Amino acid sequence: MIVTQALDVVLLLLLVMTAVAIARVKDLFATVMLSGIYGLLSASFFVLMDAVDVAFTEASVGAGIFPLLMLAVLSFVGRYEADSKRRVALPVFLLTLVSGAVLLLATTQMPAFGGEDTPAQQHVAVRYIEDSPQEIGIPNMVTSVLASYRGFDTLGEVLVIFTATIGVVVVLLGVVQPGKARSLPADEDMADHKVLRIVGKMLIPLILLFALYVQFHGDYGPGGGFQAGVIFATGIILYAMLFGLSNAQRVLPMPLLRGLTALGVMIYGSVGVAGLLAGGNFLDYSVLASDPVSGQHLGILLIELGVGVTVASSMVLIFYAFSLTTSSDGSVER
Amino acid sequence: MLEQGNIVSHICLLVGAFLILSGGLGILRFPDFFTRMHAAGITETLAATLIIVGLMIIAGWGIVQLKLFFILLFVMITSPTASHALAKSALHGGLQPKVKNVVDGDSP
Amino acid sequence: MTVLLFVAATMLLVMLIAIVRALLGPTIYDRILAVNLFGTKTVLLIAVLGFLFGRPEFLDIALIYALINFISVIAVLRYFEYGSSTDGTRENS
Repeated sequence: MIVTQALDVVLLLLLVMTAVAIARVKDLFATVMLSGIYGLLSASFFVLMDAVDVAFTEASVGAGIFPLLMLAVLSFVGRYEADSKRRVALPVFLLTLVSGAVLLLATTQMPAFGGEDTPAQQHVAVRYIEDSPQEIGIPNMVTSVLASYRGFDTLGEVLVIFTATIGVVVVLLGVVQPGKARSLPADEDMADHKVLRIVGKMLIPLILLFALYVQFHGDYGPGGGFQAGVIFATGIILYAMLFGLSNAQRVLPMPLLRGLTALGVMIYGSVGVAGLLAGGNFLDYSVLASDPVSGQHLGILLIELGVGVTVASSMVLIFYAFSLTTSSDGSVER
Repeated sequence: MLEQGNIVSHICLLVGAFLILSGGLGILRFPDFFTRMHAAGITETLAATLIIVGLMIIAGWGIVQLKLFFILLFVMITSPTASHALAKSALHGGLQPKVKNVVDGDSP
Repeated sequence: MTVLLFVAATMLLVMLIAIVRALLGPTIYDRILAVNLFGTKTVLLIAVLGFLFGRPEFLDIALIYALINFISVIAVLRYFEYGSSTDGTRENS
């Protein structure tokens, strides 16, 4: 339809404008907010392309968690970008132009976008689309592909998140000896924003409830473990911002979060091993229950739970790590 | 969906679109931050309400209408709160509204 | 439906205006206001697009955008007001 093409063009133009602005603006606060706009525009673009799960994830991550974490980074990095004294090097610029032109030329040789006879639609996709209703029986095919047919890849993704969280925590907080309490910096809470606190108290339970809805509704609509984990973490981060980091740490202390992050990955792996013990392959859900379809349902439920738990606790842990960072000269910076 | 329902929803949608346009114009052309906030904040809440109500009428009874109702509830709670927080933050940050004619003895 | 198309086109126009204001706005508060406006317009745009394409699942996305938008504004305000300015002065732009 001409209308969708016009909408596509307008959204892409807005994306380009925002990207240029992000590169040019020196005020990092403005850059963070422009990145939020970029995330929202990308998610709208995905909605236009009918990729609802991807749009959901992009909205939660690109417009939700990412600006929050970047703002936490800004509090110990500083607000303005340092002026770079170098001018644009002409050979580098030419090289970029040439490689960009070659890439653009290559895309004209690719099969048509969304065409029916492209290789991407031919082999595995047909089998998934035709067999998924009988074999797995949940309406949302994206979840069935992500959690069951490609469950091994999803296990890798969860492990990537887990490893990244370990990396961030180790780099920022050092190795914490058990039993030694960390001295907390004076954390500010928005105590004089009474209206915000009251509205926040109303909203945070609703946000957490919505996260649970997204988690368990992933079989029937867009959603699943990743999005639910990110939304849950956003609710906790909102609580930490409004009521102070020490209150948030009383609700979710760091050792608990570290345990939960590992627990989610363990749940996922245990489902795989349970498949082995029951006589099937690793991550084969059909042998988990009395008949294959309910085995698939049980398997998908458990691994989505594992993914949700890991993602939620990782995001909150990374936020704590950023917020508790001290600068190199020992003085505590927020 | 009755014929009258369709007319009402069209009116709601069109008025909502007009309010959004006027809010956009206000954000572009008003002289300082607090006046722009008037333009943005008022049209955000009212225009969003009208458009969502228009969509609710089209949707008919069902889960879609319930979800739209939740979006409406959420927008009505958070939009004024965000405007309030922003204005309070701006005042604390030292931003002063541009006042033209100050009568003697009054504070801006 | 043409009415829905017109509403969607209006949203896109105002989103463009919001980006312009986010680029121009002399103070940081103008930029925050523009981003907030952009977010709420995206919520409405997604809802209207959902009706245009006959896919009610889009409403979940609209709901999450509304949440995210609000939390982003609160986050920027919190970090701006109580942020890293250790010498106590506040910056306005």
